[in-house]
Amino acid sequence: MLPFLVPLLILMIFGALVALESRDLLSGIISLGIIGFALTIIFLILQAPDLAIVQIIIETLTLVILIAAVLRTSREDCTESWGMRKAVVAGTGLIFTAVFIWKFIAILPYMPVFGEPQLRMARVYLDSGLTMTGAVNLVAAVILDFRAYDTLGEATVLFTSVAGVVAVLRTVGRKRS
Amino acid sequence: MNGMTLIVKRITQLMMPSIFMLGIYVIVHGHLTPGGGFAGGVLIAGSVVLMVLAFGSEEARSSALKWRASLWESIGIFIFWFLAILGMIQKGPFFANVIQKLYPGSPGQLFSAGMIPLCNLAIGIEVAAALFAIFITLAVMKTGEKQ
Repeated sequence: MLPFLVPLLILMIFGALVALESRDLLSGIISLGIIGFALTIIFLILQAPDLAIVQIIIETLTLVILIAAVLRTSREDCTESWGMRKAVVAGTGLIFTAVFIWKFIAILPYMPVFGEPQLRMARVYLDSGLTMTGAVNLVAAVILDFRAYDTLGEATVLFTSVAGVVAVLRTVGRKRS
Repeated sequence: MNGMTLIVKRITQLMMPSIFMLGIYVIVHGHLTPGGGFAGGVLIAGSVVLMVLAFGSEEARSSALKWRASLWESIGIFIFWFLAILGMIQKGPFFANVIQKLYPGSPGQLFSAGMIPLCNLAIGIEVAAALFAIFITLAVMKTGEKQ
């Protein structure tokens, strides 16, 4: 499993760097797609078909929306950066990277083995999910019955984000500039 | 955005119903096979987006379409919240699967698992309408354009 994962992860980091640094927004979006599609393959390797389906579909649609938006507006990245700003950004990034690596090394011995969750509830879900909910697909049983609060929150977040997009980009009641 | 060539339009006309039906299948069989409301909703939104991209956005630029997408999104999340408090109406906990108790069904059948397929349906409606509304707003509507 690992020999497949490591090249994909390196490819994802490379795609993220290109997406950040490219001055052409269209190529930035295309390299953003590298991350999503590599993540799809990783989900397939890790045997999570539900996530892989959602990831590949949402990635395609998001790319289409972003490309359509870029083609209608501007392809050029207009971010300005001067000396002080660059220094602040680089310094903050370095400090946070150092803190994260330090803390991650500290908690690494206590992490469960990869692919073996130690949660007590996970075993209960796996054993009695079918009898308690009647759903054959255990993922659906978990996200819509045991953990339905989470799904309700996600649906509400999506609703709120769409409300925000529609409100910010509205055509009614805008001030003419 | 203008429409594309005749080849693209014909292929889109052939493909779009199948993608739409696949979306409905994924939503309805969410409790049996991988997938569910979210994946199916995005498929349905994708099929409509494909149609708009191929045939141009002149038809889609009317504000009634955006309004309708917002309406269906609200209806979807309203159904989901209603299903969530259905358990409390029956004096149970929040999100209690009361339909499963009333009508158990046999596992593996389409009509089973009580509330889960209904929740999938609500999420599917919401996600399809939400992503289509985002597409309409970001890619089709011109800001500052008089409606």
